Amino acid sequence: MDDVNPGQADRTTGETVAPDRTGGAREPMVVIEGVNKHFGDLHVLQDINLTVGKGEVVVVLGPSGSGKSTLCRAINRLETIESGTISIDGKALPEEGKALAQLRADVGMVFQSFNLFSHKTIRENVTLGPIKVRKKSKAEASTQADALLERVGVSAQADKYPAQLSGGQQQRVAIARSLAMGPKVMLFDEPTSALDPEMVNEVLDVMVGLAKEGMTMIVVTHEMGFARKAADRVVFMADGQVVEVATPEEFFTAPKSARAKDFLGKILTH
Amino acid sequence: MLDILDKYDVLGAFWMTIKLTVFSAIGALVIGTILAVMRVAPVAILRRLGAFYVNTVRNTPLTLILVFCSLGLLYILQINLTDPNSSTSIVDNNIRWAIVGLAAYHAAFVCEALRSGVNTVPLGQAEAARSIGLTFSQSLREVILPQAFRGSIAPLGSVLIALTKNTTVASIIGVAEASGLMKEIIENETASFGVFFIFALGFVILTLPVGILFTSLSRRLAVKR
Repeated sequence: MDDVNPGQADRTTGETVAPDRTGGAREPMVVIEGVNKHFGDLHVLQDINLTVGKGEVVVVLGPSGSGKSTLCRAINRLETIESGTISIDGKALPEEGKALAQLRADVGMVFQSFNLFSHKTIRENVTLGPIKVRKKSKAEASTQADALLERVGVSAQADKYPAQLSGGQQQRVAIARSLAMGPKVMLFDEPTSALDPEMVNEVLDVMVGLAKEGMTMIVVTHEMGFARKAADRVVFMADGQVVEVATPEEFFTAPKSARAKDFLGKILTH
Repeated sequence: MLDILDKYDVLGAFWMTIKLTVFSAIGALVIGTILAVMRVAPVAILRRLGAFYVNTVRNTPLTLILVFCSLGLLYILQINLTDPNSSTSIVDNNIRWAIVGLAAYHAAFVCEALRSGVNTVPLGQAEAARSIGLTFSQSLREVILPQAFRGSIAPLGSVLIALTKNTTVASIIGVAEASGLMKEIIENETASFGVFFIFALGFVILTLPVGILFTSLSRRLAVKR
């Protein structure tokens, strides 16, 4: 392909990274190449190629069952892959053991169901990783935790247990827990899907703030507003394939593929 | 009736029951935790070894295990757990082997109680633990086992009550615990309901608070989700 129209050249493979905000080129942070995975007979990930640049915010959209969550979970190997490679900041994802744990420490993950450690207080949730993995002192981790909790707006709850917090608060704590590890990239697996509608925005606000600060983010979501506001690129997946990769503006105003038009037609009409 | 309490050391016999219970409970908890970790380990051979132990020991009568400890390990294989030349070596050896046998037997039940506790911990907890970079053993220690213990307090209480009563089997290898003394009294005196009553009451006094304690603990320490 001629490089006449960069950014459009690889619309369907996602191998071209969006330029950064000053128009400069980005170094690749997450490189996914030729990844395949089956669940039984179902081919959930079909030859996925995607490169996410440093500081880039990529929103993955698609109908349920399209493989977007599986892709997100494969990036820190909560799901194994059958073929292909995933590398983070130039390092290939290790198979097992300590090396994998170390790499995971650099990859923040926010789950749909929050998954805060139920038997630990909010502060303990945020300090566990820094103390056990980053080998910080208790005092240092605690100071950092309080600052992070302040930043996500739940500092008043630091000594409570997760079950005592609302869903929105729990999810913001989960974001703080990931941030405490100083991650190179953050993965969000439908972070607002389990929330009551009035709590969605408080979580999205935190995520938009992160995006503005230049965090590399891969966000699986159904929040089109977030995609428009914060995404550098939208990746549209259907039936285990990356169907379309575009800027949010291109994607929402002029989707190229029939699947994307159909999808947007269903969610944007009302 | 009450002269029995004067003539025989009933309290001493129950003290032996308590000692057997406490020491074998500690042993069973340690071995049972190790077994439970083996049974949820990502290594297939460990899982199989754990399952083999549980299935073998749990399905063998306790009487056989204690007789094996005493006759097999102590008398035939001459494995002494105390100085064989001391004047009380026979008694001490039997007590210690009874504790080992009781611990080994109840470890299988502790393991299964803990494993049922592990199953009360949602998968997301382990995923979150792994996602912040904890290793397998760190995830177990910091996240899974603390919640599993809390989720298995009630079944662990049942195991402890069963263990208390199962110490009576130790009398067959000559440990002077409560039920052994009861048989002795019945042989020497007359078999009266009063004798049964005293010993039954003794066991109820031992086990009832355990049940109440564990029920309240399981309620108080329950992990709120």
